[in-house]
Amino acid sequence: MTTGAAQETVSTRVFLILLTAALLIVLLVMPLVVVLAEAFRKGIPAALATLSDPDSLTSIRLTLTVAAISVPLNTVFGVSAAWCISRFRFPGRGALVTLIELPFSVSPVISGLVWVLLFGINGWLGSFMDRVGLQIIFALPGLVLATVFVTFPFVARTLIPLMQEQDASEEEAAITLGATGWQMFSRVTLPNIRWGLIYGVLLCNARAMGEFGAVAVVSGHIRGQTMTMPLQVEALFNDYDWVGAFTIASLLALLALATLAVKAALEWRLGRRGSMH
Amino acid sequence: MTLPSRRSALPGFSLTLGITVVWLSLIVLLPLTLLALRPWTLGFAGVWHSVTEPRVLAALRLSFGTAALAAAVNMPLGLLVAWVMVRYRFPLRNLADSLIDMPLALPTAVAGIALTALFAPRGWIGALLLPLGIRVAYSPLGIFVALVFVGLPFMVRTLEPVIMEMPKEAEEAAATLGATRRQTLLRVVLPALTPALLAGFGAAFGRGIGEYGSVIFIAGNMPMVSEIAPLLILIRLEQLNYAGAAALALVMLLASFAVLLSLNVLRARMRSRT
Repeated sequence: MTTGAAQETVSTRVFLILLTAALLIVLLVMPLVVVLAEAFRKGIPAALATLSDPDSLTSIRLTLTVAAISVPLNTVFGVSAAWCISRFRFPGRGALVTLIELPFSVSPVISGLVWVLLFGINGWLGSFMDRVGLQIIFALPGLVLATVFVTFPFVARTLIPLMQEQDASEEEAAITLGATGWQMFSRVTLPNIRWGLIYGVLLCNARAMGEFGAVAVVSGHIRGQTMTMPLQVEALFNDYDWVGAFTIASLLALLALATLAVKAALEWRLGRRGSMH
Repeated sequence: MTLPSRRSALPGFSLTLGITVVWLSLIVLLPLTLLALRPWTLGFAGVWHSVTEPRVLAALRLSFGTAALAAAVNMPLGLLVAWVMVRYRFPLRNLADSLIDMPLALPTAVAGIALTALFAPRGWIGALLLPLGIRVAYSPLGIFVALVFVGLPFMVRTLEPVIMEMPKEAEEAAATLGATRRQTLLRVVLPALTPALLAGFGAAFGRGIGEYGSVIFIAGNMPMVSEIAPLLILIRLEQLNYAGAAALALVMLLASFAVLLSLNVLRARMRSRT
């Protein structure tokens, strides 16, 4: 007679756990370890030398600048989108939610390409921009536009489900009691959504600082001028300066680890898990 | 402007909807519309010629083929990881759980050079595979490995909530009725997870088609052999062939939307049948 079992045997469970551990170590841990190992292969001074190189410093400054412009823009957009979508009913609301997520299904290279088609030398507005003397492509504005495109959905898609779950009665009470719209937002809405907002901004920022494909298309790779940190990693790697490439890469890897740590802490506070997509 | 029909006591509808629609139009809709219009400056025959060049077809076949293969391999891998994470308790489980999102948090260029260093002939893993005659880096196999890396979290995160909500009663009932664990898994658990497996496949596949940063360093980028479609878009841009780049981009976008749409239809059919 066959005996049924509603669970795997202990030995099967141990085997599956070990198999998972092996997979995660090879696929996820080893790439992280190799980044640090390669950065420090020639010792700490060699790694530090990369960081004092002017081109590397420029790339760090540029990455911070691009994120400092793109993330606030998409945060204002994300809060606005979440407010009108979660608090009001209007025709086309569902379509709006779908369209907001559209940039996630577009290849990074195409996310950069659209801006070259618009502002590049042979673009729709290329000759106009040239006449006005405004440089978009191969300059900071192009890097910002490409980054804004790829990070577009992050804050909105975190806040929309969060605010849809929350009751609007506290906000309605504030308005009934005579609060202005801004008072209601800063004293009622903002405290209610703050952890979700930080969560969305965190993911948005991680992607903004780490974006590669989209900015590679619009950057023009001008050394010491339009190279963000990921582009600097590529340039050093292609120059066979592995220590340099992996040192900058280590900084980006640390950013990723810090993002994951804060994300885990916020998920514990929010009691839910969001996608990092 | 359409007036809100509910909760109209709250302020800010016109302002926030205005910001949302204007920003969405300027940043996403307008640029994508112009992308869709640009190829036709070549004329229909020109577009057709531009996207059926042997080098283009080879690149499209490579991008879609490796993305599909990697997403398929991620089905059993993701199922294993998601099952172990949801059903079992073990030391360092929380750490492992956070780590699963690593491919999405790590900038793609960093992942790209890290995988290249690992799988290069003298790398930690590459050196072990070389005596077996397996060459991962600078070959289509390298693209596949990079796409498995990038796709895994999509599969795991899609499966986890479904496994979590799966009623254990069905498994217990099957066991009580004398089913072996293997029979229960194959006849009860797997069918319940199939829609989620397809959804995870779609998400991993969609990401894989357009993936650039994590692939470009390990691929080798040989025309006709290991040159992915996104790289070909960049090459055409560098030649100032904007219409040709836009044509290829449009084909990629339409093809990936078609695949994702048909997967959605398939999933909807499966759900209505059960």
